[in-house]
Amino acid sequence: MKHFLTLLSHELRMLLVSPSTYIAGTAFLFFMGFIFTGILENYTKAAQDVSPAHVFFQLFWLPVFFMVPLLTMKSLAEERRLGTIETLLTTPVTTTEVVLGKYTAAYALYLSLWGATGGFFYILKRFSSDPRLIDGGPLIGGYVFIAVSGLLFVAIGVFASSLSRNQAVAGILSFVMLASLIVGVRWLGEASFLNRDILAPAKAAVDYAQIFAHYEDFTRGVIDARHVLFYFSGTALALIFSILSVEAKQIHA
Amino acid sequence: MSASLPLAIEVDHLVKTYAGMTAVADLSFTVARGEIIGFLGPNGAGKSTTMRILTGYLPANSGTVRICGHSVATEPDAVKRLIGYMPENNPLPEDMRVSEYLYFRGRLKEIPRRKLSPRIDEVLELCDLKRVRHKIIGQLSKGYRQRVGIAEAILAEPPVIIMDEPTIGLDPHQILIVRDLIAGLRGRMTVIISSHILPEIEMTCDRVLIINRGRVVAQGSPADLRREVLGRTTYQLITAGAVDTLPALLTSIEPTLKITATSEPDATGFVSLTLSTERTEELGEPLLQRLLAHGFRVRALSRAQPTLEDVFLAATRRSWDAKLAPTPSPAVAAQGAIRP
Repeated sequence: MKHFLTLLSHELRMLLVSPSTYIAGTAFLFFMGFIFTGILENYTKAAQDVSPAHVFFQLFWLPVFFMVPLLTMKSLAEERRLGTIETLLTTPVTTTEVVLGKYTAAYALYLSLWGATGGFFYILKRFSSDPRLIDGGPLIGGYVFIAVSGLLFVAIGVFASSLSRNQAVAGILSFVMLASLIVGVRWLGEASFLNRDILAPAKAAVDYAQIFAHYEDFTRGVIDARHVLFYFSGTALALIFSILSVEAKQIHA
Repeated sequence: MSASLPLAIEVDHLVKTYAGMTAVADLSFTVARGEIIGFLGPNGAGKSTTMRILTGYLPANSGTVRICGHSVATEPDAVKRLIGYMPENNPLPEDMRVSEYLYFRGRLKEIPRRKLSPRIDEVLELCDLKRVRHKIIGQLSKGYRQRVGIAEAILAEPPVIIMDEPTIGLDPHQILIVRDLIAGLRGRMTVIISSHILPEIEMTCDRVLIINRGRVVAQGSPADLRREVLGRTTYQLITAGAVDTLPALLTSIEPTLKITATSEPDATGFVSLTLSTERTEELGEPLLQRLLAHGFRVRALSRAQPTLEDVFLAATRRSWDAKLAPTPSPAVAAQGAIRP
Protein backbone atom coordinates (compact mmCIF):
# COMPACT_ATOMS: atom_id res chain seq x y z
CA MET A 1 0.00 0.00 0.00
CA LYS A 2 3.07 2.19 -0.33
CA HIS A 3 1.81 3.82 -3.51
CA PHE A 4 -1.84 4.17 -2.55
CA LEU A 5 -1.43 7.75 -1.34
CA THR A 6 0.59 8.74 -4.42
CA LEU A 7 -2.12 7.32 -6.67
CA LEU A 8 -4.94 8.82 -4.63
CA SER A 9 -3.43 12.29 -4.52
CA HIS A 10 -2.82 12.04 -8.27
CA GLU A 11 -6.45 11.09 -8.89
CA LEU A 12 -7.80 13.83 -6.62
CA ARG A 13 -5.54 16.37 -8.23
CA MET A 14 -6.74 15.35 -11.68
CA LEU A 15 -10.34 15.74 -10.47
CA LEU A 16 -9.62 19.17 -9.01
CA VAL A 17 -7.97 20.56 -12.13
CA SER A 18 -10.52 19.09 -14.52
CA PRO A 19 -13.29 21.49 -15.60
CA SER A 20 -15.69 18.58 -16.05
CA THR A 21 -15.72 18.02 -12.28
CA TYR A 22 -17.02 21.53 -11.71
CA ILE A 23 -19.54 21.29 -14.52
CA ALA A 24 -20.81 17.98 -13.12
CA GLY A 25 -20.94 19.47 -9.63
CA THR A 26 -22.90 22.52 -10.77
CA ALA A 27 -25.33 20.41 -12.80
CA PHE A 28 -25.80 18.06 -9.85
CA LEU A 29 -26.53 20.88 -7.44
CA PHE A 30 -28.91 22.45 -9.94
CA PHE A 31 -30.80 19.19 -10.30
CA MET A 32 -30.89 18.49 -6.57
CA GLY A 33 -31.92 22.09 -5.89
CA PHE A 34 -34.79 21.63 -8.30
CA ILE A 35 -35.94 18.52 -6.41
CA PHE A 36 -35.53 20.27 -3.06
CA THR A 37 -37.59 23.25 -4.20
CA GLY A 38 -40.28 20.86 -5.41
CA ILE A 39 -40.39 19.20 -2.00
CA LEU A 40 -40.60 22.52 -0.18
CA GLU A 41 -43.42 23.62 -2.44
CA ASN A 42 -45.47 20.65 -1.24
CA TYR A 43 -44.91 21.80 2.32
CA THR A 44 -46.31 25.24 1.54
CA LYS A 45 -49.51 23.67 0.22
CA ALA A 46 -50.28 21.31 3.08
CA ALA A 47 -48.74 20.04 6.31
CA GLN A 48 -46.83 16.77 5.81
CA ASP A 49 -46.15 13.85 8.14
CA VAL A 50 -42.39 13.72 7.64
CA SER A 51 -39.63 16.30 7.45
CA PRO A 52 -38.30 17.61 4.11
CA ALA A 53 -34.94 15.89 4.76
CA HIS A 54 -36.70 12.52 4.87
CA VAL A 55 -38.37 13.06 1.49
CA PHE A 56 -35.22 14.50 0.00
CA PHE A 57 -33.02 11.54 0.89
CA GLN A 58 -35.72 9.11 -0.10
CA LEU A 59 -35.05 10.21 -3.64
CA PHE A 60 -31.38 9.20 -3.32
CA TRP A 61 -31.74 6.66 -6.13
CA LEU A 62 -32.43 9.35 -8.71
CA PRO A 63 -28.98 10.99 -8.54
CA VAL A 64 -27.30 7.63 -7.84
CA PHE A 65 -28.55 6.19 -11.13
CA PHE A 66 -27.00 8.98 -13.15
CA MET A 67 -24.19 10.32 -11.05
CA VAL A 68 -22.43 7.12 -10.05
CA PRO A 69 -22.07 5.80 -13.63
CA LEU A 70 -20.86 9.21 -14.81
CA LEU A 71 -18.35 9.57 -11.97
CA THR A 72 -16.88 6.09 -12.25
CA MET A 73 -17.18 5.03 -15.89
CA LYS A 74 -13.98 6.80 -16.79
CA SER A 75 -11.75 5.44 -14.05
CA LEU A 76 -10.42 2.13 -15.38
CA ALA A 77 -11.97 2.13 -18.87
CA GLU A 78 -10.05 5.26 -19.83
CA GLU A 79 -6.73 3.86 -18.61
CA ARG A 80 -7.25 0.78 -20.70
CA ARG A 81 -8.39 2.69 -23.79
CA LEU A 82 -5.38 5.01 -23.69
CA GLY A 83 -3.05 2.13 -22.79
CA THR A 84 -1.71 4.01 -19.78
CA ILE A 85 -2.64 1.03 -17.62
CA GLU A 86 0.38 -0.66 -19.20
CA THR A 87 2.83 2.01 -18.07
CA LEU A 88 1.08 2.16 -14.71
CA LEU A 89 1.31 -1.56 -14.02
CA THR A 90 4.93 -1.84 -15.10
CA THR A 91 5.96 0.43 -12.22
CA PRO A 92 6.22 -1.11 -8.74
CA VAL A 93 2.49 -0.59 -8.03
CA THR A 94 0.00 -3.38 -7.57
CA THR A 95 -3.39 -3.68 -9.25
CA THR A 96 -4.99 -3.42 -5.81
CA GLU A 97 -3.38 -0.04 -5.22
CA VAL A 98 -4.50 1.22 -8.62
CA VAL A 99 -8.11 0.10 -8.16
CA LEU A 100 -8.29 1.39 -4.58
CA GLY A 101 -6.80 4.74 -5.61
CA LYS A 102 -9.40 5.19 -8.34
CA TYR A 103 -12.19 4.01 -6.07
CA THR A 104 -11.29 6.27 -3.17
CA ALA A 105 -11.02 9.32 -5.42
CA ALA A 106 -14.43 8.62 -7.00
CA TYR A 107 -15.95 8.05 -3.56
CA ALA A 108 -14.48 11.30 -2.27
CA LEU A 109 -16.04 13.17 -5.18
CA TYR A 110 -19.38 11.41 -4.58
CA LEU A 111 -19.31 12.41 -0.93
CA SER A 112 -18.34 16.00 -1.61
CA LEU A 113 -21.13 16.39 -4.18
CA TRP A 114 -23.66 15.11 -1.67
CA GLY A 115 -22.02 17.17 1.04
CA ALA A 116 -22.67 20.29 -1.04
CA THR A 117 -26.42 19.64 -0.76
CA GLY A 118 -26.03 20.47 2.94
CA GLY A 119 -26.23 24.06 1.75
CA PHE A 120 -29.92 23.57 0.95
CA PHE A 121 -30.68 22.71 4.54
CA TYR A 122 -28.59 25.61 5.76
CA ILE A 123 -30.56 28.01 3.58
CA LEU A 124 -33.81 26.46 4.76
CA LYS A 125 -32.80 26.83 8.41
CA ARG A 126 -31.59 30.37 7.90
CA PHE A 127 -34.63 31.70 6.07
CA SER A 128 -37.59 29.64 7.24
CA SER A 129 -39.39 30.75 10.34
CA ASP A 130 -40.67 27.26 11.09
CA PRO A 131 -38.11 25.21 13.06
CA ARG A 132 -40.14 22.03 12.44
CA LEU A 133 -38.90 21.96 8.86
CA ILE A 134 -35.43 21.09 10.08
CA ASP A 135 -35.35 17.77 11.85
CA GLY A 136 -31.86 16.74 12.92
CA GLY A 137 -32.51 12.99 13.09
CA PRO A 138 -33.52 12.25 9.48
CA LEU A 139 -30.94 14.76 8.26
CA ILE A 140 -28.00 13.07 9.95
CA GLY A 141 -29.42 9.61 9.29
CA GLY A 142 -29.86 10.53 5.64
CA TYR A 143 -26.27 11.66 5.25
CA VAL A 144 -24.95 8.60 7.08
CA PHE A 145 -27.02 6.43 4.76
CA ILE A 146 -25.66 8.27 1.71
CA ALA A 147 -22.09 7.82 2.95
CA VAL A 148 -22.46 4.11 3.74
CA SER A 149 -24.51 3.12 0.69
CA GLY A 150 -22.25 5.23 -1.52
CA LEU A 151 -19.39 2.87 -0.69
CA LEU A 152 -21.21 0.07 -2.47
CA PHE A 153 -22.63 2.15 -5.33
CA VAL A 154 -19.28 3.65 -6.26
CA ALA A 155 -17.60 0.22 -6.00
CA ILE A 156 -20.18 -1.15 -8.44
CA GLY A 157 -19.39 1.72 -10.80
CA VAL A 158 -15.66 1.01 -10.61
CA PHE A 159 -16.33 -2.67 -11.25
CA ALA A 160 -18.38 -1.81 -14.36
CA SER A 161 -15.54 0.41 -15.53
CA SER A 162 -13.07 -2.45 -15.19
CA LEU A 163 -15.17 -4.62 -17.51
CA SER A 164 -14.96 -2.54 -20.66
CA ARG A 165 -12.54 -0.21 -22.37
CA ASN A 166 -15.47 1.74 -23.73
CA GLN A 167 -16.69 4.39 -21.31
CA ALA A 168 -20.23 4.37 -22.65
CA VAL A 169 -20.53 0.60 -22.21
CA ALA A 170 -19.09 0.89 -18.70
CA GLY A 171 -21.59 3.64 -17.86
CA ILE A 172 -24.58 1.64 -19.09
CA LEU A 173 -23.36 -1.50 -17.30
CA SER A 174 -23.04 0.40 -14.08
CA PHE A 175 -26.50 1.95 -14.53
CA VAL A 176 -28.05 -1.48 -15.09
CA MET A 177 -26.26 -3.02 -12.10
CA LEU A 178 -27.32 -0.18 -9.81
CA ALA A 179 -30.90 -0.27 -11.09
CA SER A 180 -31.15 -4.02 -10.54
CA LEU A 181 -29.73 -3.65 -7.05
CA ILE A 182 -31.95 -0.77 -5.97
CA VAL A 183 -35.19 -1.16 -7.94
CA GLY A 184 -34.90 -4.79 -9.04
CA VAL A 185 -34.50 -6.09 -5.50
CA ARG A 186 -37.42 -3.96 -4.34
CA TRP A 187 -39.59 -5.41 -7.09
CA LEU A 188 -38.49 -8.94 -6.14
CA GLY A 189 -39.42 -8.21 -2.54
CA GLU A 190 -42.96 -7.41 -3.62
CA ALA A 191 -43.25 -10.33 -6.04
CA SER A 192 -45.67 -12.98 -4.79
CA PHE A 193 -43.88 -16.03 -6.23
CA LEU A 194 -41.21 -15.70 -3.56
CA ASN A 195 -43.78 -16.23 -0.82
CA ARG A 196 -43.79 -20.01 -1.24
CA ASP A 197 -42.28 -21.92 1.65
CA ILE A 198 -39.61 -23.56 -0.47
CA LEU A 199 -38.28 -20.17 -1.54
CA ALA A 200 -38.14 -18.83 2.02
CA PRO A 201 -34.31 -18.53 2.08
CA ALA A 202 -34.38 -16.57 -1.18
CA LYS A 203 -37.10 -14.36 0.24
CA ALA A 204 -34.97 -13.75 3.35
CA ALA A 205 -31.98 -12.80 1.20
CA VAL A 206 -34.07 -10.41 -0.89
CA ASP A 207 -35.52 -8.83 2.24
CA TYR A 208 -32.02 -8.40 3.63
CA ALA A 209 -30.90 -6.55 0.50
CA GLN A 210 -33.79 -4.04 0.48
CA ILE A 211 -31.96 -0.76 0.15
CA PHE A 212 -35.11 1.34 0.66
CA ALA A 213 -35.76 -0.55 3.90
CA HIS A 214 -32.19 0.17 5.01
CA TYR A 215 -32.82 3.82 4.30
CA GLU A 216 -35.91 3.88 6.48
CA ASP A 217 -33.91 2.39 9.34
CA PHE A 218 -31.09 4.88 8.97
CA THR A 219 -33.40 7.90 9.02
CA ARG A 220 -35.15 6.55 12.10
CA GLY A 221 -31.73 6.51 13.75
CA VAL A 222 -31.37 2.74 13.64
CA ILE A 223 -27.88 1.97 12.40
CA ASP A 224 -28.07 -1.78 12.16
CA ALA A 225 -24.76 -3.62 11.99
CA ARG A 226 -26.31 -6.04 9.49
CA HIS A 227 -27.05 -3.18 7.10
CA VAL A 228 -23.60 -1.72 7.49
CA LEU A 229 -22.12 -5.17 6.97
CA PHE A 230 -24.22 -5.56 3.82
CA TYR A 231 -22.65 -2.44 2.31
CA PHE A 232 -19.14 -3.18 3.52
CA SER A 233 -19.12 -6.75 2.27
CA GLY A 234 -20.75 -5.71 -1.01
CA THR A 235 -18.07 -3.04 -1.47
CA ALA A 236 -15.28 -5.49 -0.72
CA LEU A 237 -16.75 -7.97 -3.18
CA ALA A 238 -17.15 -5.40 -5.96
CA LEU A 239 -13.60 -4.14 -5.46
CA ILE A 240 -12.13 -7.65 -5.41
CA PHE A 241 -13.98 -8.38 -8.65
CA SER A 242 -12.61 -5.14 -10.14
CA ILE A 243 -9.05 -6.13 -9.24
CA LEU A 244 -9.56 -9.62 -10.66
CA SER A 245 -11.12 -8.16 -13.78
CA VAL A 246 -8.14 -5.87 -14.41
CA GLU A 247 -5.72 -8.75 -13.87
CA ALA A 248 -7.73 -11.18 -15.99
CA LYS A 249 -7.80 -8.71 -18.87
CA GLN A 250 -4.03 -8.50 -18.61
CA ILE A 251 -3.61 -12.27 -18.82
CA HIS A 252 -5.99 -12.64 -21.74
CA ALA A 253 -4.94 -9.42 -23.47
CA MET B 1 31.19 -5.19 -16.13
CA SER B 2 32.17 -7.52 -13.37
CA ALA B 3 31.86 -11.21 -14.19
CA SER B 4 30.05 -11.94 -10.93
CA LEU B 5 27.03 -9.87 -11.96
CA PRO B 6 24.24 -11.83 -13.63
CA LEU B 7 23.35 -11.02 -17.23
CA ALA B 8 21.01 -8.09 -17.73
CA ILE B 9 18.43 -10.15 -19.58
CA GLU B 10 18.18 -13.91 -19.95
CA VAL B 11 15.30 -15.31 -21.97
CA ASP B 12 15.06 -19.07 -22.06
CA HIS B 13 12.61 -21.07 -24.20
CA LEU B 14 9.91 -18.45 -23.97
CA VAL B 15 6.49 -19.40 -25.35
CA LYS B 16 3.39 -17.21 -25.51
CA THR B 17 0.15 -18.10 -27.25
CA TYR B 18 -2.97 -16.01 -27.67
CA ALA B 19 -6.18 -17.93 -28.21
CA GLY B 20 -4.44 -20.72 -30.07
CA MET B 21 -2.16 -18.37 -32.04
CA THR B 22 1.52 -18.59 -31.22
CA ALA B 23 3.02 -15.13 -30.79
CA VAL B 24 6.35 -16.20 -29.31
CA ALA B 25 7.59 -19.70 -30.10
CA ASP B 26 10.48 -20.96 -28.00
CA LEU B 27 12.50 -17.75 -27.97
CA SER B 28 15.90 -17.73 -26.25
CA PHE B 29 18.48 -14.97 -26.07
CA THR B 30 20.66 -13.13 -23.59
CA VAL B 31 21.72 -9.53 -23.29
CA ALA B 32 24.86 -8.47 -21.42
CA ARG B 33 24.95 -5.48 -19.09
CA GLY B 34 25.44 -2.14 -20.75
CA GLU B 35 24.62 -3.51 -24.17
CA ILE B 36 22.28 -1.78 -26.60
CA ILE B 37 20.30 -4.32 -28.52
CA GLY B 38 17.98 -3.77 -31.45
CA PHE B 39 14.90 -5.89 -31.88
CA LEU B 40 13.85 -6.27 -35.49
CA GLY B 41 11.03 -8.15 -37.06
CA PRO B 42 8.09 -7.73 -39.41
CA ASN B 43 4.68 -6.82 -38.04
CA GLY B 44 3.29 -9.59 -35.88
CA ALA B 45 6.71 -11.16 -35.34
CA GLY B 46 6.25 -11.09 -31.56
CA LYS B 47 8.41 -8.07 -30.73
CA SER B 48 5.89 -6.22 -28.60
CA THR B 49 4.70 -9.42 -26.94
CA THR B 50 8.26 -10.32 -25.98
CA MET B 51 8.85 -6.85 -24.58
CA ARG B 52 5.64 -7.00 -22.56
CA ILE B 53 6.70 -10.34 -21.12
CA LEU B 54 10.11 -8.89 -20.23
CA THR B 55 8.41 -6.13 -18.24
CA GLY B 56 6.15 -8.58 -16.43
CA TYR B 57 3.02 -7.00 -17.89
CA LEU B 58 2.05 -10.18 -19.71
CA PRO B 59 2.60 -13.66 -18.30
CA ALA B 60 4.31 -16.22 -20.55
CA ASN B 61 2.89 -19.68 -21.20
CA SER B 62 6.23 -21.32 -20.56
CA GLY B 63 9.91 -20.51 -20.40
CA THR B 64 11.80 -18.24 -18.05
CA VAL B 65 12.83 -14.60 -18.21
CA ARG B 66 15.39 -13.19 -15.82
CA ILE B 67 16.19 -9.50 -15.50
CA CYS B 68 19.52 -8.98 -13.67
CA GLY B 69 19.10 -12.43 -12.14
CA HIS B 70 15.51 -11.88 -10.94
CA SER B 71 12.80 -14.03 -12.42
CA VAL B 72 9.96 -12.02 -13.95
CA ALA B 73 7.40 -14.68 -13.04
CA THR B 74 8.30 -15.12 -9.36
CA GLU B 75 9.73 -11.71 -8.41
CA PRO B 76 7.66 -9.22 -10.42
CA ASP B 77 8.14 -6.44 -7.86
CA ALA B 78 11.93 -6.68 -7.99
CA VAL B 79 11.84 -6.72 -11.79
CA LYS B 80 9.57 -3.66 -12.00
CA ARG B 81 12.17 -1.70 -10.02
CA LEU B 82 14.86 -2.69 -12.52
CA ILE B 83 13.20 -1.64 -15.74
CA GLY B 84 12.14 1.50 -17.53
CA TYR B 85 9.51 0.73 -20.12
CA MET B 86 8.05 2.69 -22.99
CA PRO B 87 5.24 0.72 -24.61
CA GLU B 88 4.23 0.67 -28.23
CA ASN B 89 2.40 3.87 -29.30
CA ASN B 90 3.69 5.56 -26.14
CA PRO B 91 0.48 5.97 -24.14
CA LEU B 92 0.44 9.15 -22.04
CA PRO B 93 -2.29 10.83 -20.01
CA GLU B 94 -3.75 13.67 -22.06
CA ASP B 95 -4.57 16.12 -19.32
CA MET B 96 -1.34 16.41 -17.31
CA ARG B 97 1.55 18.79 -17.63
CA VAL B 98 4.93 17.33 -18.57
CA SER B 99 6.64 18.08 -15.27
CA GLU B 100 3.60 16.92 -13.28
CA TYR B 101 3.56 13.67 -15.17
CA LEU B 102 7.26 13.05 -14.57
CA TYR B 103 6.82 13.90 -10.89
CA PHE B 104 3.94 11.47 -10.55
CA ARG B 105 5.84 8.71 -12.35
CA GLY B 106 8.94 9.40 -10.28
CA ARG B 107 6.96 8.96 -7.09
CA LEU B 108 5.51 5.69 -8.38
CA LYS B 109 9.01 4.53 -9.23
CA GLU B 110 10.05 5.26 -5.66
CA ILE B 111 12.53 8.03 -6.33
CA PRO B 112 12.97 9.91 -3.03
CA ARG B 113 11.18 13.25 -3.05
CA ARG B 114 14.45 15.06 -2.39
CA LYS B 115 16.19 13.67 -5.46
CA LEU B 116 13.17 13.82 -7.74
CA SER B 117 13.17 17.51 -8.69
CA PRO B 118 16.85 17.64 -9.73
CA ARG B 119 16.43 14.35 -11.59
CA ILE B 120 13.39 15.70 -13.48
CA ASP B 121 15.41 18.77 -14.48
CA GLU B 122 18.16 16.45 -15.66
CA VAL B 123 15.95 14.28 -17.88
CA LEU B 124 14.12 17.32 -19.25
CA GLU B 125 17.50 18.69 -20.25
CA LEU B 126 18.62 15.34 -21.69
CA CYS B 127 15.49 14.95 -23.78
CA ASP B 128 15.38 18.61 -24.80
CA LEU B 129 12.00 19.11 -23.14
CA LYS B 130 12.80 22.19 -21.07
CA ARG B 131 10.70 24.46 -23.23
CA VAL B 132 7.54 22.39 -22.88
CA ARG B 133 7.83 21.38 -19.24
CA HIS B 134 4.69 23.32 -18.27
CA LYS B 135 2.66 22.32 -21.31
CA ILE B 136 -0.23 19.87 -21.23
CA ILE B 137 0.78 16.56 -22.78
CA GLY B 138 -2.39 16.32 -24.90
CA GLN B 139 -1.36 19.50 -26.73
CA LEU B 140 2.19 18.41 -27.56
CA SER B 141 3.29 17.33 -31.01
CA LYS B 142 4.16 13.71 -31.65
CA GLY B 143 7.90 14.31 -31.38
CA TYR B 144 7.58 15.89 -27.96
CA ARG B 145 5.23 13.19 -26.74
CA GLN B 146 7.71 10.56 -27.85
CA ARG B 147 10.46 12.30 -25.91
CA VAL B 148 8.25 12.55 -22.84
CA GLY B 149 7.90 8.75 -23.06
CA ILE B 150 11.66 8.33 -23.30
CA ALA B 151 12.23 10.76 -20.42
CA GLU B 152 9.80 8.74 -18.35
CA ALA B 153 11.58 5.46 -19.18
CA ILE B 154 15.01 6.74 -18.10
CA LEU B 155 13.69 8.77 -15.16
CA ALA B 156 14.51 6.32 -12.38
CA GLU B 157 17.86 5.35 -13.96
CA PRO B 158 16.93 1.67 -14.13
CA PRO B 159 19.60 -0.80 -15.21
CA VAL B 160 17.41 -2.11 -18.05
CA ILE B 161 15.44 0.06 -20.45
CA ILE B 162 12.90 -1.42 -22.82
CA MET B 163 11.52 0.80 -25.56
CA ASP B 164 9.03 -0.32 -28.16
CA GLU B 165 9.59 1.72 -31.32
CA PRO B 166 10.96 4.87 -29.67
CA THR B 167 11.71 6.70 -32.91
CA ILE B 168 8.41 6.13 -34.68
CA GLY B 169 6.85 9.36 -35.89
CA LEU B 170 9.91 11.53 -35.29
CA ASP B 171 11.47 13.87 -37.82
CA PRO B 172 15.15 13.36 -38.79
CA HIS B 173 16.34 16.03 -36.36
CA GLN B 174 14.48 14.45 -33.46
CA ILE B 175 15.71 10.99 -34.47
CA LEU B 176 19.22 12.34 -34.17
CA ILE B 177 18.50 13.58 -30.65
CA VAL B 178 16.99 10.26 -29.63
CA ARG B 179 19.90 8.38 -31.14
CA ASP B 180 22.40 10.48 -29.19
CA LEU B 181 20.31 9.99 -26.10
CA ILE B 182 20.35 6.22 -26.46
CA ALA B 183 24.03 6.21 -27.32
CA GLY B 184 24.63 8.23 -24.14
CA LEU B 185 23.18 5.37 -22.12
CA ARG B 186 25.69 2.87 -23.52
CA GLY B 187 27.72 1.16 -20.84
CA ARG B 188 25.54 2.49 -18.01
CA MET B 189 22.23 0.93 -18.88
CA THR B 190 21.11 -2.04 -20.91
CA VAL B 191 18.78 -0.91 -23.63
CA ILE B 192 16.44 -2.94 -25.81
CA ILE B 193 14.77 -1.05 -28.60
CA SER B 194 12.54 -2.31 -31.34
CA SER B 195 12.24 -0.43 -34.56
CA HIS B 196 11.24 -0.59 -38.18
CA ILE B 197 13.75 2.09 -39.10
CA LEU B 198 16.70 -0.13 -39.86
CA PRO B 199 19.47 2.48 -40.26
CA GLU B 200 18.51 3.67 -36.77
CA ILE B 201 19.12 0.25 -35.29
CA GLU B 202 22.32 -0.08 -37.24
CA MET B 203 23.70 3.18 -35.92
CA THR B 204 22.73 2.84 -32.27
CA CYS B 205 22.79 -0.86 -31.50
CA ASP B 206 25.72 -3.06 -30.58
CA ARG B 207 23.81 -6.13 -31.53
CA VAL B 208 20.74 -6.88 -33.58
CA LEU B 209 18.20 -9.60 -32.97
CA ILE B 210 15.96 -10.38 -35.91
CA ILE B 211 12.85 -12.30 -35.00
CA ASN B 212 10.10 -13.63 -37.15
CA ARG B 213 7.03 -15.63 -36.22
CA GLY B 214 8.18 -15.68 -32.62
CA ARG B 215 11.62 -17.13 -33.26
CA VAL B 216 15.09 -15.65 -33.47
CA VAL B 217 16.06 -15.93 -37.13
CA ALA B 218 19.39 -14.14 -36.91
CA GLN B 219 21.46 -12.32 -34.32
CA GLY B 220 24.81 -10.59 -34.11
CA SER B 221 26.39 -7.24 -34.85
CA PRO B 222 25.17 -5.58 -38.06
CA ALA B 223 28.47 -6.45 -39.79
CA ASP B 224 28.31 -10.12 -38.79
CA LEU B 225 24.74 -10.35 -39.95
CA ARG B 226 25.60 -8.99 -43.37
CA ARG B 227 28.24 -11.60 -43.82
CA GLU B 228 26.29 -14.49 -42.39
CA VAL B 229 22.84 -13.88 -43.78
CA LEU B 230 23.67 -12.59 -47.22
CA GLY B 231 26.86 -14.63 -47.68
CA ARG B 232 27.76 -12.77 -50.87
CA THR B 233 29.18 -9.50 -52.04
CA THR B 234 27.68 -7.20 -54.65
CA TYR B 235 29.47 -4.84 -57.05
CA GLN B 236 28.05 -2.04 -59.15
CA LEU B 237 29.72 -1.57 -62.51
CA ILE B 238 29.12 1.00 -65.25
CA THR B 239 30.92 0.06 -68.38
CA ALA B 240 30.85 0.16 -72.18
CA GLY B 241 32.20 -2.47 -74.58
CA ALA B 242 31.36 -6.01 -75.66
CA VAL B 243 28.98 -6.76 -72.82
CA ASP B 244 28.02 -10.20 -74.21
CA THR B 245 31.61 -11.43 -73.65
CA LEU B 246 31.54 -10.22 -70.08
CA PRO B 247 30.12 -13.34 -68.33
CA ALA B 248 32.99 -15.51 -69.58
CA LEU B 249 35.53 -12.91 -68.49
CA LEU B 250 33.95 -12.67 -65.04
CA THR B 251 34.03 -16.44 -64.58
CA SER B 252 37.73 -16.44 -65.40
CA ILE B 253 38.35 -13.95 -62.58
CA GLU B 254 36.22 -15.70 -60.01
CA PRO B 255 34.00 -18.73 -60.72
CA THR B 256 31.09 -17.50 -58.59
CA LEU B 257 31.04 -13.97 -60.02
CA LYS B 258 27.83 -13.46 -61.98
CA ILE B 259 25.79 -10.66 -63.49
CA THR B 260 22.53 -10.37 -61.60
CA ALA B 261 21.08 -7.28 -63.29
CA THR B 262 21.73 -5.36 -66.49
CA SER B 263 20.33 -2.00 -67.54
CA GLU B 264 19.62 -0.74 -71.07
CA PRO B 265 22.64 1.05 -72.58
CA ASP B 266 22.39 4.82 -72.27
CA ALA B 267 23.02 7.37 -75.05
CA THR B 268 26.79 7.01 -74.82
CA GLY B 269 26.66 3.21 -74.80
CA PHE B 270 27.35 2.68 -71.11
CA VAL B 271 25.57 -0.17 -69.33
CA SER B 272 24.97 -0.38 -65.62
CA LEU B 273 25.52 -3.87 -64.22
CA THR B 274 25.08 -5.52 -60.84
CA LEU B 275 27.56 -8.30 -60.11
CA SER B 276 27.34 -10.77 -57.31
CA THR B 277 29.84 -13.23 -55.81
CA GLU B 278 30.09 -15.59 -52.89
CA ARG B 279 33.67 -14.51 -52.24
CA THR B 280 33.96 -12.01 -49.43
CA GLU B 281 37.48 -10.79 -50.28
CA GLU B 282 37.89 -7.62 -52.31
CA LEU B 283 37.69 -8.34 -56.05
CA GLY B 284 37.63 -4.74 -57.22
CA GLU B 285 41.24 -4.37 -58.27
CA PRO B 286 41.64 -7.58 -60.37
CA LEU B 287 38.22 -6.91 -61.87
CA LEU B 288 39.17 -3.40 -62.92
CA GLN B 289 42.53 -4.51 -64.35
CA ARG B 290 41.02 -7.34 -66.40
CA LEU B 291 38.20 -5.17 -67.70
CA LEU B 292 40.62 -2.49 -68.89
CA ALA B 293 42.96 -5.11 -70.39
CA HIS B 294 40.05 -6.48 -72.44
CA GLY B 295 39.22 -3.08 -73.87
CA PHE B 296 36.20 -2.25 -71.68
CA ARG B 297 35.68 1.39 -70.88
CA VAL B 298 34.86 1.69 -67.18
CA ARG B 299 33.10 4.67 -65.75
CA ALA B 300 32.42 3.36 -62.27
CA LEU B 301 33.04 0.31 -60.14
CA SER B 302 31.99 0.07 -56.54
CA ARG B 303 31.45 -2.57 -53.94
CA ALA B 304 27.89 -2.26 -52.69
CA GLN B 305 27.45 -2.26 -48.93
CA PRO B 306 24.39 -4.34 -48.20
CA THR B 307 22.15 -2.48 -45.78
CA LEU B 308 20.63 -3.97 -42.71
CA GLU B 309 17.43 -3.80 -44.70
CA ASP B 310 18.76 -6.43 -47.10
CA VAL B 311 19.84 -8.56 -44.18
CA PHE B 312 16.45 -8.18 -42.57
CA LEU B 313 14.59 -9.08 -45.74
CA ALA B 314 16.84 -12.06 -46.41
CA ALA B 315 16.62 -13.35 -42.85
CA THR B 316 12.87 -13.05 -42.59
CA ARG B 317 12.37 -14.54 -46.06
CA ARG B 318 14.46 -17.53 -45.09
CA SER B 319 12.46 -18.07 -41.95
CA TRP B 320 9.27 -18.07 -44.01
CA ASP B 321 10.82 -20.50 -46.46
CA ALA B 322 11.83 -22.73 -43.55
CA LYS B 323 8.23 -22.78 -42.39
CA LEU B 324 7.46 -26.11 -44.02
CA ALA B 325 10.60 -27.86 -42.81
CA PRO B 326 10.21 -29.44 -39.35
CA THR B 327 12.34 -27.67 -36.77
CA PRO B 328 13.50 -29.88 -33.90
CA SER B 329 14.84 -27.06 -31.73
CA PRO B 330 15.02 -23.29 -32.00
CA ALA B 331 18.80 -23.26 -31.87
CA VAL B 332 18.90 -25.46 -34.94
CA ALA B 333 16.24 -23.33 -36.58
CA ALA B 334 18.22 -20.19 -35.98
CA GLN B 335 21.41 -21.78 -37.21
CA GLY B 336 19.58 -23.11 -40.24
CA ALA B 337 18.37 -19.64 -41.03
CA ILE B 338 21.85 -18.20 -40.84
CA ARG B 339 23.67 -20.89 -42.78
CA PRO B 340 21.23 -22.73 -44.96
